[in-house]
Amino acid sequence: MSSDNDEVEVSPKRERKYSSSSTDSEYVDLEADSFDNLDEDVHYHSKLHKRMSEQTFIPISEREAWKDVVPIEQDDGPNPIVAIAYSAKFKETHDYFRAIVKAKEKSERALNLTAECIWLNAANYTVWQYRRDILRELGIDLKDELKFIEMMIRCNFKNYQVWHHRRVIIEWMNDPSQELAFTAAILEKDDKNYHAWQHRQWAISFFNLFDNELEYAEQLIEKDIRNNSAWNQRYYVISNTTKFESDVLDREVDYALDKILEAPSNESSWNYLRGIMMHDKDGGMGYNRSILKKCEELYNNNCRSPHLLSCIIDISQERISCNDPKDSLFHTDKALELCTDLEEKYDKIRKKYWKYISQKISEKVKSTA
Amino acid sequence: MPAPQRRYMCTSRKRNAIVLVVLAAATYGIAMKSQYYRPWQHYSNATLVSNCNDIKLSGLTPDLYLEKHINYILSYESKKDDYTYIMTEHLRISGMYWGLTALDITHNLHKIDKKEVLSFIKQCQHECGGIGASILHDPHLLHTLSAIQILCYYKALDTINVEKVVEYIKNRQKDDGSFEGDKWGEIDTRFSFCAIASLALLNRLNEVNIEKAVSFIKSCMNFDGGFGSKPGSESHAGLIYCCLGTLSITGHLHIVKADELGWWLAERQLPSGGLNGRPEKLPDVCYSWWVLASLKILGRLNWINTNKMINFILYCQDAETGGFSDRPGDMVDPFHTLFGLSALSLLGYTKADLKTINPTYCMPQYIMDEMNLKPDRLDLVEKTDHLKGWAGIEED
Repeated sequence: MSSDNDEVEVSPKRERKYSSSSTDSEYVDLEADSFDNLDEDVHYHSKLHKRMSEQTFIPISEREAWKDVVPIEQDDGPNPIVAIAYSAKFKETHDYFRAIVKAKEKSERALNLTAECIWLNAANYTVWQYRRDILRELGIDLKDELKFIEMMIRCNFKNYQVWHHRRVIIEWMNDPSQELAFTAAILEKDDKNYHAWQHRQWAISFFNLFDNELEYAEQLIEKDIRNNSAWNQRYYVISNTTKFESDVLDREVDYALDKILEAPSNESSWNYLRGIMMHDKDGGMGYNRSILKKCEELYNNNCRSPHLLSCIIDISQERISCNDPKDSLFHTDKALELCTDLEEKYDKIRKKYWKYISQKISEKVKSTA
Repeated sequence: MPAPQRRYMCTSRKRNAIVLVVLAAATYGIAMKSQYYRPWQHYSNATLVSNCNDIKLSGLTPDLYLEKHINYILSYESKKDDYTYIMTEHLRISGMYWGLTALDITHNLHKIDKKEVLSFIKQCQHECGGIGASILHDPHLLHTLSAIQILCYYKALDTINVEKVVEYIKNRQKDDGSFEGDKWGEIDTRFSFCAIASLALLNRLNEVNIEKAVSFIKSCMNFDGGFGSKPGSESHAGLIYCCLGTLSITGHLHIVKADELGWWLAERQLPSGGLNGRPEKLPDVCYSWWVLASLKILGRLNWINTNKMINFILYCQDAETGGFSDRPGDMVDPFHTLFGLSALSLLGYTKADLKTINPTYCMPQYIMDEMNLKPDRLDLVEKTDHLKGWAGIEED
């Protein structure tokens, strides 16, 4: 990015929590931990932003169409507001917005004013609601609205209100034809974006668009094997379509094991494996040959991923009544040894957890003896 | 870099950041920026570790700058001319809750003008009973809960029309037990928590269908033991907190796979000590609250490394302005300041006098005691010996 621009150094990210145009920091800030806007994305936004900002701003008070409206100032209690400290444009736009809300005015100019407010602060849900009221009352062509919301989402894709608005508009139009491509474009930029995934899941379920979704999830996993959202989507699609019938389950176990082999420390693929095995009717992980074999193979090849060791420990619990030989990888003695290894070497940060597991195993051994 | 110069930069940084926010140039990594801005040697070593979504901290752990944090919150509340203050009108009441809670657990609630707060909240209640983020802002469950929490601090629930607010919350419940955030129908497990917590604080839980509310939460449980915003949505620490909170208040924690979920939550701790909210994301101080409170509710708080966690939180302070940020070197805000302080309280940080915080409500425990509210915690329910160990400060 442009190093010639001093402002870049300020890390706009820092302001996100409290700068509405990027994300609203409501009770749960879903994307607070995200750090993943790509350069090209930034570039796109910067162009868009520039285009918007370059439009000459004529103060509303100087516009002919607004002469009859008296703006209403924000009321934050008795302490006076020192006006010079914040953008005159922001203040004026919202003062006029308060005036049209109070007058219950639903008009073309009011609609345009909401767009200006949204541009300044996309997280203000009151403005969005009022905009929808106007859209309904004036019978505005929703195709135009879809274009508007697309631009707003592209600029604020970690904001709740923009996505909710899109969903309402799509419901009103009853036309989901753009939703898969649109969410895919957003996920292209930010592949774990919670809002985009929620919206996609909603569209898929509401309009029954499951047909190619498994392939889509697979593509994303291919692109980034650690994309937990894509793994979640894979599970979502199967549980809403074929379900985990035994042939599907076999296929999925193989798939997960393949991916585990590629990245044995990947939390997502291990969680997926455990998750799908809840649907198994033949005794679970401890009795699945492919899983047992793969665990042995990995362990014997010196893999010590905490997820592998944890899986072996769990298997030993499931097989506690099998009387495996003492030197078996799945014997409880080995499990206790692995707990100690995890505690002391491979996962020290969670040593109390491994102590707990170790204690639980000991108790179980005692009670079955 | 001399301090005055930095102060100047800080101001321009704020403005520029807002202007440029759409650029979202976060890609740049914390590393360069923190080094650029940090005049203190012990801060200059917070660097982004590439490839593994974590931060490397080195140097001396700072102390807790308690006085600075208190002043930061107090001045935030009083600076109504501040651009950031104006820009956050749409979440004003929640912002007040973050600030007032931080002040209460640091023994400074009395420094705020109670009358002004109560009169503001009264004006935010609508005819329908719901409460908006600010005057003339539409009502929403998020702000309704924040308002009720604040009123509990002042023992002033009669400031608002309680019957009407109960009615408003009641009307938000859908047939499947879920709650919409406002009359526009957005469904999310966050809103279940807001509704249930609000009603519990009003002692009116019996007004909604608890069984259905719990069954909706249950339908959001995922294959990894976590919870998302809706059935099938990915597990997320913030939403796990909301779901566990709902179950804790309604006495249904037994439906949770506690060991499995506890492990998932413990896995959020990265080598830096910080916690992320989902796999492969960066650590953030607000997850110190959501993950830790969830673990506390599950009675498994000691599954993470307490010292490393405290260390990470302390690195996220701004030694000059006070306040906490999401990650070392970033801009502070009241939201992260509350969650930083309350996480320290939850972890039993002993080097400062912080009031005990309740993990379910994120409100001071003494308020819960006065109101005789006892949300469930698994360590109080399960009589398992090895869960009893209190995760205090350790020496390792």
